[in-house]
Amino acid sequence: MKSFQEIYRKSENKIAGIAAAPGIIIGEAYLFTKEKLEVSKADIEDTEKAIVDLHEALAKSKKELTKIFTIAREKMDEVRAAIFEAQLMILDDPILLDAIIGRIKEEKKQPEYIVDDEISKYQSKMILSHESYMKERALDIEDIKQRIIRNLQKKRWGSKIDHNVIVVSESLTPADTVLLSRNKVLAFITDHGGLTSHAAIISRSLNIPAVVGTHNATAKIKDGDKIIVDGFYGYIIKNPTEEQIEFFTEKHNRLVELQKGLEELRDKPAVTKDGKEINIYANVDVTGEIDVVVASGAKGIGLYRSEQVSNETGEFPTEEEQTNIYTKLSSRIYPNSITIRVFDIGGDKFRFLDYQEPNPFLGLRGIRLLLENPSLFKTQLRAILKASVNRNIKIMLPMISTLDEIHKSKRLIEECKKELKEEKIRFDDDIGIGIMVEVPSVAVMSKDFALHTDFLSIGTNDLIQYLMAVDRGNDLVSDLYREFHPAVIRTLKYIIDDAKKAKKPVSICGEMAADTLAMPLLIGLGLENLSISAATIPYAKRIIRNCDFKKTKKLADKCLKYATQKEIEEEIQKFFADNNIIRTRQII
Amino acid sequence: MIEQTVIIKNKAGLHTRPAATVVKMAAKYKCDFFISRDGMNINGKSIIGVMTLAAEEGSELLLTFNGEDEEAAAQEIINFFERGFDKL
Repeated sequence: MKSFQEIYRKSENKIAGIAAAPGIIIGEAYLFTKEKLEVSKADIEDTEKAIVDLHEALAKSKKELTKIFTIAREKMDEVRAAIFEAQLMILDDPILLDAIIGRIKEEKKQPEYIVDDEISKYQSKMILSHESYMKERALDIEDIKQRIIRNLQKKRWGSKIDHNVIVVSESLTPADTVLLSRNKVLAFITDHGGLTSHAAIISRSLNIPAVVGTHNATAKIKDGDKIIVDGFYGYIIKNPTEEQIEFFTEKHNRLVELQKGLEELRDKPAVTKDGKEINIYANVDVTGEIDVVVASGAKGIGLYRSEQVSNETGEFPTEEEQTNIYTKLSSRIYPNSITIRVFDIGGDKFRFLDYQEPNPFLGLRGIRLLLENPSLFKTQLRAILKASVNRNIKIMLPMISTLDEIHKSKRLIEECKKELKEEKIRFDDDIGIGIMVEVPSVAVMSKDFALHTDFLSIGTNDLIQYLMAVDRGNDLVSDLYREFHPAVIRTLKYIIDDAKKAKKPVSICGEMAADTLAMPLLIGLGLENLSISAATIPYAKRIIRNCDFKKTKKLADKCLKYATQKEIEEEIQKFFADNNIIRTRQII
Repeated sequence: MIEQTVIIKNKAGLHTRPAATVVKMAAKYKCDFFISRDGMNINGKSIIGVMTLAAEEGSELLLTFNGEDEEAAAQEIINFFERGFDKL
C-alpha cells in the first residue's frame, strides 16, 4: 500500500487547511454561497398589492427565523440563540415597517428597493461607528435584510440540500451552520476560521468531518466537483485520480471498520494491559456536544470552556442564563462531574471590552481580567454556585500566575456564598476549586500552588507557548512550538510529581493529550487523568488498552534524559513499533 | 413630558439583549419614547433604531417620554437603565 506521503507529495490537486474534525469523505462539492440579490427599482402601479406582498414576505421570513431560533435553542443554548431573537423583533419593528409602507405608497417603487434602501440606512450608521462590534451588528442586519428581499422575490436560499454533499463555503454564520446541520452534510470546508470557529466547533460536536482555514477552497472548487476530504490531516483533493480514489476508498472503509471496533470500546475502561486505569474526561465547547460526550463513555467533563458562549455572541450571558446553561450541563452529566473553567478571555479571545494592549498574551487575560472586573466574575461565580446543588461541579481558574490570585478568587467565591445564603439559595458549600497550570511560574512552584487548591489541570497549549516563548499563531516562529521539546517533557514530569507530593489530583487538558502519539509518554510520566475532545476518546482508549504501563514508564524515563526533541520523537516511534501499536491515521 | 439623563452602567454597553428588553418594555406603553445621543434621536420603540446606538459603558443618553402613560413608562425604563440592565 502507498503511504500517505507518497499520495500527497505528488498531488497537485490538493488544497491544504486546518484539520478541524476527523474523518475521511469522498463526495460531491456543494458551493454554499449566498448570491447577492439584484434589487429592482422599477415603478409599480398597484401599491396595495405591494403592501400585501411585503406582509407575506415578512411572515415567511418570520417563519424561517422562528425555525432557526427553535433549532438553535435545541442545539446550542439560550444565549447563542438570542442573536435570532433580535432578528425576529426587527420583522415586527413598527417604526421600520411604517417607514417602508409609507415610502411604498409615496414613491410607488418595488417594495424590495424600499426595504433595501431603508434598512441600509441603519447599516451605514452602524458601519460609521468606531466600535468594532457595530460592524458585526451591521452584518447581522444584512442577514435579515437579504432574507426579506429574497422572500419578496419568492426565492429560496440554497440551504435545502436533497442529497449528500460536502459543503464548501467562505465562512458559515451561526444560522447557516444550524440549518445545514439538519441537512445531509457529509463534511464542511471553509475558507476562513480556525479550530475554534463556529463551523469547527459545530462539526466536532456533530461528528461531521471538517477542514477549515483553507484560504481559497471556494475559488478552487466548483459546484459538483468530486472531492476527497481528509479531516485527519486537513487536506482536500479536488477531482481525484483513480489511484487517489482507490487509496481513500480503502482508507474510508478501514475507518468504518475501525469505528465499529471503537464503538465497542465505549463502555470499556481505559486500562493498560497490566491493569493501570486512566480516567478520560471530555472537553466541551458547546452544550450541544453533551450527547456526544455521554455516548463516548467519558468519565465526566474535564474542561468546559465557558467563554465560548460569549465569544460567539459578543455578549456576556446574564446570571440567569449562565445558571441555566450550567444546570443543564451538570444534570445531563450527573452522576459524573463537570469542571467549569471560568471565562478565559483576553489575548485572542477578548473583543468586546475595549482594552488596547501591545502584548495581549502577556496582558490582562484569564484570572487577571476577571479580578479587574469583579462584577463580571461574581456574576459567573454566583451562577456556577446556583447550579451546583447536585454537588458535581468544580470551578477552575485560568491563567493563574501568583498565589495571591487564588486567594483573591477564593475571597470572591466566599462573598458569593454569603450572598446566596442570605438569599436562601441552595448550593454546594464544598465546591472544589482548582487551577490551570499554564504559566511557567506556577509550573516551577506546583507543590505550593497545589497546597492551596483542590486540583491542578495542565493546559499544554499555553504552557508550551509561554515555556518556549513562541506564538503558535505566528507563522514565522510557529515551528518552534514543540510538544516534544525536552523542556516541555521535563516540566510536565515536575508538575505531576509536585502535585503528587501535595496529594492533589492532576490532569492534562491541552491538545497534546488528544495527540495519540503523546499518549504512552503522558501515561508513563504518571498522568492518570486526561481531558480530550469527546470525538477522540475512543481513539485514545484504543492506544491505552494496547499499552503496558511498565513499558510506558521506561519510555518516559528514557525521554526525560534526552536533550533534543528528535531523540524523544524517535524513542516514541520506536515504542509504537516495538509494541505493535498502530496509530489510527496510519492504519486507515 | 418627562426627560431624564441616564448613564450606561454595564461593561458591555447597550448591546443587543438589553436593547431588545428596552424596546419590549416601551412597546407596552402608549406614550412616545425617544433616546438621544450625540445628536442622534432614536425612537425607543424601534429595535433596529436602538441597535444603531453604540452606547458603551459610561456613555450618557437622554431619555424622553411623552404621552398619557409617560410616568409609568419612565419609571420602568429608567429603573432598568439604573439597575445596569440587570447584568444582562
